[in-house]
Amino acid sequence: MRSSALPPVPLDKLLQRLRQVLPADCIVVDTESQRPFECDALTLYRELPLLVVLPETADQVQAVLRICHELAVPVVPRGAGTGLAAGAMPHPEGVLLGLSKLDRIVDIDPVARSARVQPGVSNLSISNAVAEHGLYYGPDPSSQISCTIGGNVAENSGGVHCLKYGLTVHNILALELLTVEGERISIGSQALDSPGYDLLALITGSEGLLGIVTEVTVRLLPTPETAQVIMAGFDSVTAAGDAVGAVIAAGIIPGGLEMMDRLAIQAAEDFAGAGYPRDAEALLLCEVDGTRAEVASCSQRVEALFKELGATSVVVSQNESQRALLWMGRKSAFPAVGRLAPDYYCMDGTIPRSQVSRVLNEISALSKKYQLAVANVFHAGDGNLHPLILFDASDPEEVHRAEQFGADILELSVQVGGCITGEHGVGLEKLAHMSSQFSPAELALLEDIKAAFDPALNLNPGKGIPILKRCQEYRALPARHRHE
Amino acid sequence: MSDHSQDIAAAIAGAAAQQEALDISAGGSKRDLLGRECNARVLDVSGHRGITDYQPSELVLTARAGTALGDIQAALAKEGQTLPFEPPMFGGRATLGGTIACNLSGPARPWAGSARDLVLGVQLIDGLGQILNFGGRVMKNVAGYDVARLQAGALGTLGVLSEISLKVMPLPEQSITLVYDMDASAAIDSMNRRAGQSGPLSGACWFDGRLYLRLSGAAAAVEDTARSWGGDSVADSESFWGDLREMNLPFFHSPEPLWRLSVKSSAAVMDDPSPTLIDWGGAQRWLRGDFELAQLQRVAVAAGGNASLFRGGDRKLEVRPQPDPVSLRLQQRLKNAFDPQGILNPGRLYGQF
Repeated sequence: MRSSALPPVPLDKLLQRLRQVLPADCIVVDTESQRPFECDALTLYRELPLLVVLPETADQVQAVLRICHELAVPVVPRGAGTGLAAGAMPHPEGVLLGLSKLDRIVDIDPVARSARVQPGVSNLSISNAVAEHGLYYGPDPSSQISCTIGGNVAENSGGVHCLKYGLTVHNILALELLTVEGERISIGSQALDSPGYDLLALITGSEGLLGIVTEVTVRLLPTPETAQVIMAGFDSVTAAGDAVGAVIAAGIIPGGLEMMDRLAIQAAEDFAGAGYPRDAEALLLCEVDGTRAEVASCSQRVEALFKELGATSVVVSQNESQRALLWMGRKSAFPAVGRLAPDYYCMDGTIPRSQVSRVLNEISALSKKYQLAVANVFHAGDGNLHPLILFDASDPEEVHRAEQFGADILELSVQVGGCITGEHGVGLEKLAHMSSQFSPAELALLEDIKAAFDPALNLNPGKGIPILKRCQEYRALPARHRHE
Repeated sequence: MSDHSQDIAAAIAGAAAQQEALDISAGGSKRDLLGRECNARVLDVSGHRGITDYQPSELVLTARAGTALGDIQAALAKEGQTLPFEPPMFGGRATLGGTIACNLSGPARPWAGSARDLVLGVQLIDGLGQILNFGGRVMKNVAGYDVARLQAGALGTLGVLSEISLKVMPLPEQSITLVYDMDASAAIDSMNRRAGQSGPLSGACWFDGRLYLRLSGAAAAVEDTARSWGGDSVADSESFWGDLREMNLPFFHSPEPLWRLSVKSSAAVMDDPSPTLIDWGGAQRWLRGDFELAQLQRVAVAAGGNASLFRGGDRKLEVRPQPDPVSLRLQQRLKNAFDPQGILNPGRLYGQF
């Protein structure tokens, strides 16, 4: 495992072959032009690829894959590079396959409520394009302005509305996929199910390890008639956690249910001026949506529950602009927290909702231990916790502490019955933590699934799942990135 | 109500050593549905039953695969919750494991999701008798491939389901069913139009010249929408949808082969042959009679989906269309990864494995 068992990739030959199938401006060779591609949004991990290619059509993607397969060159797919787990970090001996130019909405079927789109289309632009039909696309990750649907499929992305409307896997109908050999297959259809093994479920969330998606058919939902946000401050995280449980126990499934802790509240309020209570220890944002009558009745019930459970302040949005303002604080929480320190490290564990106060208390203790501040943003509805660890990336010792702190949070998530990643993916970042969640036999099966699709392990090597059984013939990442 | 996972694992490990094929069975309610004939020794897993964890405030239930769906629904009902995908109970014989293995969902499927959609995690016993856990008991989990949802619809060919965690949902406060006289073509149009509007639609079915639309959810939303959509309401709403879910309507009682067309919801009515019952807001269409799979598959492909022989007919032949060669290769390799000896329900899904 110390060094790659494979011979080095012949760059000249690769370039010569790629130039036969791609326009010159679709191949990025020089180092300076490659810089923007050296990392995704987890900037701690950087690497320059052998080449960046930016094909414009699915046929070109297919041609690139065939060449890379023939020459045994690793391929790392990339959408908008908004990923938070270094899943799109290039391989130094490989091709970085950018899919951003495949950005066409191919077809919208307003009657059957679906749209066929290319992988480089941004998440939000789908909803924008179908809005005139009273429809929208459900999953809404915070990065929805820029993140692409191809990346959403790779990560099985969620967002603030997934308790009610599901994850990416629940909102797509079909995929066009290229295998690592460059063979084209269709998975799923315009029907709600397809015969055989559910490859749609298997590919969704597979982090670009099993194939390259060149087209996605998404399911569209009717835009709710109206929506209202109830914001409540609480004097403890425990009280806010209890209030979340009470809403669910009352049989209400909110469109969105978000929690923020004190540091996150203050940072967001300084940034957005949304009217958040600065003195609260925890803040809940609960959105109810549906018909007018339903929203009126649900928001009254939620407001009453919050007051009954000790909310120190409650605000109910009275119009669309107030609703948007209340959300703006939450949606800008990451950049807002980002202003408090040179860098922040965003974690992504999922925990049973009932464990939130225990977990936040332990995170607070870890914060003291590692002497690094942390702000917590929590998709309370679905138990997905995003602690944002503040640190300075220019100080190697502090980077090390931040990583240790993050690792402890992941272990903690698994200990309380949760998992190491809810929506950001394993990527390179969490590879070492896979063994806390999975047994050796389970990891071996994940590796066999990888090999079923990609026997030579050339698609996004070194990410997603640890490779243990087949390490001899494997083009490993350089030692500084290795997590085995 | 005890844990038999170790016994099942040992039985599978023993069979794997002998390369002896196994026909996995619990309630037997779907023995003659969906799959092909499987000639192998029966491995009865019905004793592996019981709800192992249920947290109403987490909306998560975990049960052993042999647990009867009726027991699960009863436990959920006590807390005002339900399995939102409305699986058929088949006279009380249907188990959770079989339901997930078959990915069987009822009339609410287009709105509430399928059996597969509600799966959060599974404990699985692979073809070597290894007990493996994938997914979890939380709403979101993207560590590793989605092996848990892959089990849905695999008909037990990728492992014996041992324990399953599901997302559950609150029971609707109220349900109203509206009925309209119209032909199939108008019904498909109406189903799709209504499904495109914001509202608590939770069922849309057509047969015998009538369209049935079910509204369920918050009372305020249901009543408001019913008033604005108009139409007659059905007095015994629950028993109508129950009979549809359980395949108890007279249409399903015929001994003729029963075909299922899973298609794009808005696909035009095929005129030859013409489906007799349309469910899932247009996306699931049922036919009875002696047809060839290839003939119906052509019709279904034109309608954006696929055909299968759901019940009856010659189940030694293929009952669902063959995958293209590349997909077949991938599926065969997956089968090999989970069940290298090929002993779990051989031939149930496809003749090749």
